[in-house]
Amino acid sequence: MINIVNKRYWFFGLSLLVIIPGLLALLVWGLPVGIDFSGGSMLELRFTVGAVPPNASVDSLYAEFGVADPVVQSVGTDGLLIRSKTMDDATKGAIVAAMVERFGVQVEVQRFESVGPAIGAEVAQRAALAVGLAALGILIYISYAFRKVDHAVRYGLAAIIAMLHDVAVVVGMEAILGHFLGWEADSLFLTALLTVIGFSVHDTIVVFDRIRENRRLFRRLDYETLVNHSIVQTLDRSINTQLTVMFTLIALLLFGGVTTQHFVTVLLIGVFSGTYSSIFNAAQILVVWENREWRNWFRRSRPSPA
Amino acid sequence: MRRNYWRWLIPILVLAGLAGWVVWPDNPGIRLGSIDRDIEIVRGLDLQGGLQVLLEADLPAETAITTDQIQTARDIIENRVNALGVVEPLVQVAGTRRIVVELPGVKDPEEAVATIKETGLLEFIDMSTVDAAQAYALVGSSVETDFGQAAAPAATPTSEVGSPTSTPAAAAPLVFHTVMTGTGLKDAAAKLSTTTNEFEVAFVLTDEGKQTFGDFTSTHVGQILGIALDKVLISAPRISTAITEGQGVITGSFDSDSANRLAVQLRYGSLPIPLKVVESSTVGPTLGEDSLRKSAVAGVIGLAVVMLFMAIYYRLPGVLADVALLVYAMTTLALFKLIPVTLTLPGVAGFILSIGVAVDANILIFERTKEELRAGRTVYQAIDTGFSRAWPSIRDSNLSTLITCAILFWFGSTFGASIVKGFSLTLALGVMVSLFTAITVTRTFLHVVLDRVRAAESPRLFGV
Repeated sequence: MINIVNKRYWFFGLSLLVIIPGLLALLVWGLPVGIDFSGGSMLELRFTVGAVPPNASVDSLYAEFGVADPVVQSVGTDGLLIRSKTMDDATKGAIVAAMVERFGVQVEVQRFESVGPAIGAEVAQRAALAVGLAALGILIYISYAFRKVDHAVRYGLAAIIAMLHDVAVVVGMEAILGHFLGWEADSLFLTALLTVIGFSVHDTIVVFDRIRENRRLFRRLDYETLVNHSIVQTLDRSINTQLTVMFTLIALLLFGGVTTQHFVTVLLIGVFSGTYSSIFNAAQILVVWENREWRNWFRRSRPSPA
Repeated sequence: MRRNYWRWLIPILVLAGLAGWVVWPDNPGIRLGSIDRDIEIVRGLDLQGGLQVLLEADLPAETAITTDQIQTARDIIENRVNALGVVEPLVQVAGTRRIVVELPGVKDPEEAVATIKETGLLEFIDMSTVDAAQAYALVGSSVETDFGQAAAPAATPTSEVGSPTSTPAAAAPLVFHTVMTGTGLKDAAAKLSTTTNEFEVAFVLTDEGKQTFGDFTSTHVGQILGIALDKVLISAPRISTAITEGQGVITGSFDSDSANRLAVQLRYGSLPIPLKVVESSTVGPTLGEDSLRKSAVAGVIGLAVVMLFMAIYYRLPGVLADVALLVYAMTTLALFKLIPVTLTLPGVAGFILSIGVAVDANILIFERTKEELRAGRTVYQAIDTGFSRAWPSIRDSNLSTLITCAILFWFGSTFGASIVKGFSLTLALGVMVSLFTAITVTRTFLHVVLDRVRAAESPRLFGV
């Protein structure tokens, strides 16, 4: 039987290899935040007749209406995405009308979003609360579901750690992708993140459930072997479930259109990370805890990889 | 024991048939006696285009706002929105200080926002041209007045379009004379009459209003004086005596709520609380169409790949799980249509994602069944053990997903973020339906096939 548990520190290391650059990116570049959280306006236009006006003209046009420093991005060959400070619908209407008149174009408003700064801050706060609540709810539920096992809270906490691992991977990757692709963390990103949390725990529970069952069946087996057994027994399922979810997500990514591309990519990264952490991290944390291995972490001789 | 599963077959087939009928694109709708409704997918703004506005009470955060105030504001905005002639507008209170307005397919978002924000128009109108019964019948529906268009010919009756309570009478080209507007009114309050012990609305007029009101009521005693807010008749009291002293009461069959409501409407002319736009979003119609078509294609491809995978990897049970998956997809779509769930783009993504999740329960069970088969059990035993042993992990893992959905739903509700709400609702619904189809439906199919087909009892058909 493959031994996944005894190489646990390698797998923890692999996780850190992904997480640390992401967190560094987060520290250095920060997380570009969408207007739903920061406040501001976003106007997406499609020019049905005439050429797309150059960025500089759009800049000065915005300035005339008292909306300073818009960020202009092109969308395809005939579209523009303009981010700016919060403006109301009337100003937007006036700007679009001025564009038509001045640049001799026909414009279709694809999307317009405007969020006041105060509400953005409140949404961000509420979002943090939502993540915290989700974690707490899951901790309580697992502690309850595993109440007949020794150290039920350990299972809950290990699942939460695995979940935080996935959150760190997703947020870190978002910081990197955000920097290079100009993606912004908006409420859709948050939705994807919370979904990842749900799935991460979903996967972890399947492994833990097997440990719970095996613990009853093989009382004499030492904990490490038992955990390894449980992981290997659920391996087919973990991979196959991951595959089916990946199939649907990849279909969405390839054929689902631009609007959900960011959302689906975040889900893909998260679901992959969730499966990884449930196979290679979550149950291993239980073993580390059971052996109290941290007592050896800072001694000169590393714990012998038995 | 085995026979038990046969009992499920009929209900499942009936369910699948019903779901199929509901999902059928040319569904004629339900027309059964008094029930008369179309069955169609309700598309969110991002899929059909339109305007969403989030309004917030423009008052300091410490100021308490009663549910009555925000509710009244909502009602008034709904009236205005109805006047825009938008099909299926949505006006909802979100939290304690906010109102969400959704206007699908609106052509001119700037005008719509302006209409929502304007201060309402309160008018006292002369209804002596119709008899009392007719006047009462008009309460709650749109009326036309000559206010502000004295010289203009009877304009297109925009105020009549889209009003859900519109009666045939309202459609008649009746134009009432505006005696006085809300500016002539100083105050109004609900109180309990000392003499009749019934609720009534007392009002005080300004000096100017006193003059106008006095003149009119002196000559129209016994006739109806309508009160209209934003061209919707909200009350039709009879003038019992001339009101020349600048104050009077409106009596009628009020309870404390309805008296209060009328008083609030009179007092504020329009909104009981000032509102400002804190969030606004517009989606053009072409973008929505395009997204929907692409998501549908993605969904079909995703479903096909998942089904292929299951059939190849798990063989006989995999094929049966595929049938269960189709039942799942149809049932969930039927529920979306029936409830109805407003389908947003993330909602579609949530549904497509839930297809992948729906087979997870089956994968868990089949892996378990394979293990039992390898351990030398018969096919029947292996299936039963597979189902019962896989159940705790299916239960626990799906419940944790439902917990996240509940939190997401709450998060979406407080902000009118219908996008997030739509996603959590579709995912949660998907998880619940999949529990039924992946377990009960698959299990029934398996037993039915095994009972009928001897050859099916070969472990090889289970991929072992």
